[in-house]
Amino acid sequence: MSNLPLANSAPVRYRVIHETHYVYQFPVTLSQQYLHLTPRSFEYQQTESQAIRIDPQQEHFLDARDYFGNHTRNITITESHKELLVHAESTVLLSPRPGLGQIKGSMPWEALVQMLQQIRSPATLEAVRYLYDSPHIQCGSELAGYARDSYSPGRPHLDAALDLTQRIFDDFEFDETATEISTPLAEVLKGRRGVCQDFAQLMIGCLRSLGLSARYVSGYILTHPPAGQPRMIGADASHAWVSVFCPQLGWVDFDPTNRCLVQSEHITLGWGRDFSDVTPLRGVVLGGGEQELQVRVTVIPCAEELAGTTSLAHSSAG
Amino acid sequence: MLKKLLAGYRAAPNSFDELLDASKQPREHWRAMLASLAKESPQTMRQRLEAVESQIRENGVTYNVYADTKGMQRPWDLNVLPLILPHDEWTGIEAAVVQRATLLNRILGDVYGEQSMLREGLLPPALIHGHAGFLRPAHGIKHEGNVALHFYAVDLARAPNGQWWVVADRTQAPSGAGYALENRAVIARTFPDQLRDLKVQDLAGFFSRMRDSLAHWGRQCAANGGVPLRGSESPLIVLLTPGPYNETYYEQAYLARYLGLPLVEGSDLTVRGGIVWLKTLSGLQRVHVIMRRVDDDFCDPLELRTESALGVAGLTEAVRLGNVLIANSLGSNLLESGALLGFLPALCKRLLGEPLKMPSVATWWCGEPAALEQVLANLDQLVIKSSFPQLRQVSLFGQDLSGEARSALIARMRANPRNYVAQELVRLSQSPVWKASAPTGLNACAVGLRVYACATPGGYVVMPGGLTRVATGPDSRVIAMQRGGSSKDTWVQARAQAGTHRPHSRTTTSKDLIRDDTHLSSRMAENLFWLGRNTERCDNIARLMRITLHVLFNVSPQERGTEWATVKALCAWFQLIETPDKEALQRQSQVSGQSQGQTQSSPAVVGWSDTRIEAALLLAVVSPDVPGLASQQQQLYSTASQLRERLSADNWRALNRMLQRSAKSKAQQTPAEAMSALDEAAASLMTLSGFALDGMTRDLGWSFLSIGRRLERLQFQTLVLQRALAMEADGGLDWLLELSDSIVTYRSRYRAQSEWLPVLDLLLLDSSNPRSVLFQMAGILKSLDKLALSYGSCGETLLLPLKNALLALDPDEDLYCANPALISLLQRINHASVELSQLISARFFSYTASDDQAKGAA
Repeated sequence: MSNLPLANSAPVRYRVIHETHYVYQFPVTLSQQYLHLTPRSFEYQQTESQAIRIDPQQEHFLDARDYFGNHTRNITITESHKELLVHAESTVLLSPRPGLGQIKGSMPWEALVQMLQQIRSPATLEAVRYLYDSPHIQCGSELAGYARDSYSPGRPHLDAALDLTQRIFDDFEFDETATEISTPLAEVLKGRRGVCQDFAQLMIGCLRSLGLSARYVSGYILTHPPAGQPRMIGADASHAWVSVFCPQLGWVDFDPTNRCLVQSEHITLGWGRDFSDVTPLRGVVLGGGEQELQVRVTVIPCAEELAGTTSLAHSSAG
Repeated sequence: MLKKLLAGYRAAPNSFDELLDASKQPREHWRAMLASLAKESPQTMRQRLEAVESQIRENGVTYNVYADTKGMQRPWDLNVLPLILPHDEWTGIEAAVVQRATLLNRILGDVYGEQSMLREGLLPPALIHGHAGFLRPAHGIKHEGNVALHFYAVDLARAPNGQWWVVADRTQAPSGAGYALENRAVIARTFPDQLRDLKVQDLAGFFSRMRDSLAHWGRQCAANGGVPLRGSESPLIVLLTPGPYNETYYEQAYLARYLGLPLVEGSDLTVRGGIVWLKTLSGLQRVHVIMRRVDDDFCDPLELRTESALGVAGLTEAVRLGNVLIANSLGSNLLESGALLGFLPALCKRLLGEPLKMPSVATWWCGEPAALEQVLANLDQLVIKSSFPQLRQVSLFGQDLSGEARSALIARMRANPRNYVAQELVRLSQSPVWKASAPTGLNACAVGLRVYACATPGGYVVMPGGLTRVATGPDSRVIAMQRGGSSKDTWVQARAQAGTHRPHSRTTTSKDLIRDDTHLSSRMAENLFWLGRNTERCDNIARLMRITLHVLFNVSPQERGTEWATVKALCAWFQLIETPDKEALQRQSQVSGQSQGQTQSSPAVVGWSDTRIEAALLLAVVSPDVPGLASQQQQLYSTASQLRERLSADNWRALNRMLQRSAKSKAQQTPAEAMSALDEAAASLMTLSGFALDGMTRDLGWSFLSIGRRLERLQFQTLVLQRALAMEADGGLDWLLELSDSIVTYRSRYRAQSEWLPVLDLLLLDSSNPRSVLFQMAGILKSLDKLALSYGSCGETLLLPLKNALLALDPDEDLYCANPALISLLQRINHASVELSQLISARFFSYTASDDQAKGAA
């Protein structure tokens, strides 16, 4: 585990720009979109500012919270358009999370399974929301079987989770062409290829198949440009990882795509049971025909911005 | 006689018998009915059975069976004898159903609210969080009057000891109440005296209370949306259907018509600014209440199931804002899980402070480890069902399974125990049925009873009746209409001293009178337009085929005049006597594009032999696969199906009768049979036109129907006349008069051989002849004027100058064969009619063109 990053000790501030651009073949006369684009605040993250700009302008919008506590926005556009741009920009402040040292010595995983079955505390009642099958994650004996190599009898559950994170990274290949949103987990497990979303859902499926609660986290990750080169605007992407319930520490996040315990480079948008609960943008349009979609994400450490090492030419994207 | 009646009736030893008591004597409440049955002759009884069957057939009561690929619609099966429930017994059932509905409503409110039952350990979390039907976006929605379960049905079975048990709850969009209404309507004609003598309770009051209650809450929704209704305004309640392919579409259309609600599909509604609107011809109309028959997760492609094409995008948000009431509430499917049944007694004590009045059939949820082991140990006595209806698994009887199938089920149950419930086998009670196959006596069949309740501001009210389902499928352990079950009317007796007087409350004042259909949806207007066109088109085809066959059979080739070539060419134009090539088929489907190919001649057909033409036409009478009568009739039927709730029962019956007659004669037909089929079709279509003329109100919907019909006729007449004018001058004209249904008029006026001048006058310029070109144009212009009052002018400038040109014709100068100016005028009128049709479509029905909703996620 020596190659996993160590804990950061100071709060870090980021600016995130998430642009979604649709180009339609025919004019769209009515567009209704359901957005999960506002980062939520919680123990390790404060959302300091947030704005969503829509072009063409929405006729109507409504902000709300979903069942999981995430921010949502419903928008309706009635102006006829052939292009739709959704520009979401936020500043968040991340506080330090428990590091590798602190997650040692968690309770044996079997005890946690028992606890989730029997105890009705506010924390476990919250945790069992993420214990069962969900639209994209069907538990099963294959997933449990894969997980058991990490979850050996009596092993502390967070140790096992870290091991599982590492194994998924080692056993699976990142391949953008191998899967789609709808690719079932069983196929991902067999083909051993996929993207962050697949790996996160696979790991969640493994945990739930053993009787452990795990949630899907949607968000962004800071990328590191090659040494000496400036940060590329819009080159980042949405990211997804896993949050594991721990009665002592609360929820602890693991990123199987990057083989790491989540520290201070992951910005959280929201969480749910799987991708379908926190899709950043989903919509229904009238008309439109064929559509082309382009998503551009930029994550900038504000310290870097002050230092002037990032070219702030991102306005070209809007 | 009574002995003879009961000679073949075998009460099963271990079941409750609805007819006979333990000493094999008829029960008290059956005696009067039996006595009157015993008095009847076998012939009378047979007539009754036939009357029931023919009413069902002619009313077109159907039940769509998904698996049935051949003829998807199955006629509804209704047994003539009712299930009779004495008043005292019913009182018990009624109280239990009210209690259960109240309890389930409370549970629903808690699951989608505070979830205190989970905290208190009254329900295992897996039952909610692991429930495929727990609709998270519906959590936190506030329900008007704290009612989430507006309409509820429960399936009951009677145990051998006479006690009623609950088998299943229907909480999402219970079906069958409409069939129960229809059953009563049919049986009331069969046994009017018994119905009165036994003081059987009426069903109508229940439905009006349901409607009034929805309206009551709809008013509150209107106020929530900031636009309260004025005293005399009623909230707009719609019935949302998944469409004609749904298994109970017939029932939905029936209920919509009975309750007077617009029957709408998802695409008829739209959400703007958090408010639900109905797209009507007069613009968007605000909807206050949606009674739905669409499943929970299909209701909103935006927040719920993305791939749903049946829902309304944004509906969840509108509901959340309290701007619309949806009945039942989103997410109510949750309670249909059999896994809940075992927890109800404790929940009832906790939530209502009283014991559960009617037990559920013993049910174990395998999600509890102890239950799983017990279930596996007693598999033979149990039926294994899915815990969550969303998983769509077939119920399996433990006793049917052995070897591999058994171990496979056990393995599946052990792998996912939460997904299974086990239920004790229900020994259903038996009730007498009278079958046409055994017309001399009664037989015993297993029955189950579905009872309905609706929420009112004062609590739940139970329908005094129900849908009795009869197990007639091969497996008497299962009662499912999908598996070919039958049904019975359910007679609930009023108190013995109650009078037969039915209170008739008056709630309407002159202010409430509605004189026009302001809620006519664009889709409905389009369907009416096409109903008009298709009825007319069917008629035209039938007439053309009849004339052609008449010549073939009755006039020898030597005696045929030069007009024969024109008749054949017209048949070819309508593809009746030509193997249609692809291009021609396309032309046919571009309904409005008829003018394009007009100059095309069909030299090939001219040379066809009589036998070849005859064979082609005989085929076109019966085969729906080639252009002709049968395929036109099918087209007509499918258009009419979209309009069920607007067509009167009589209208529908006439349509059904015509189609059934043609469906019967699928085989190869003799010439005489074909001719009589065509005669019947023409007569039936005449009846249908009669309904349109006499039976329908002259509202906007009628205008569209009328324009459709006149446009179609105008296109046909102008086409036929052009062809006729191009004939040799010596060609006979009787065929033309026949085809235009004007021969009687002609003969009575002229009593002479047909000649060009009077024929053309009659068919072109006579404004009193409903077949003349002028008559169609005047009719269309009149209907357009009517539309213009509501929506502004549309297309009359296309027809007006042509009508004037027609009026300017001088009979002496212009009405002669082969007049090129006349042919050209007819062609221009034909073109204008095509253009007008397109214009009307674009103007009024255009939303269908852009109806391809696309969904995306990023």
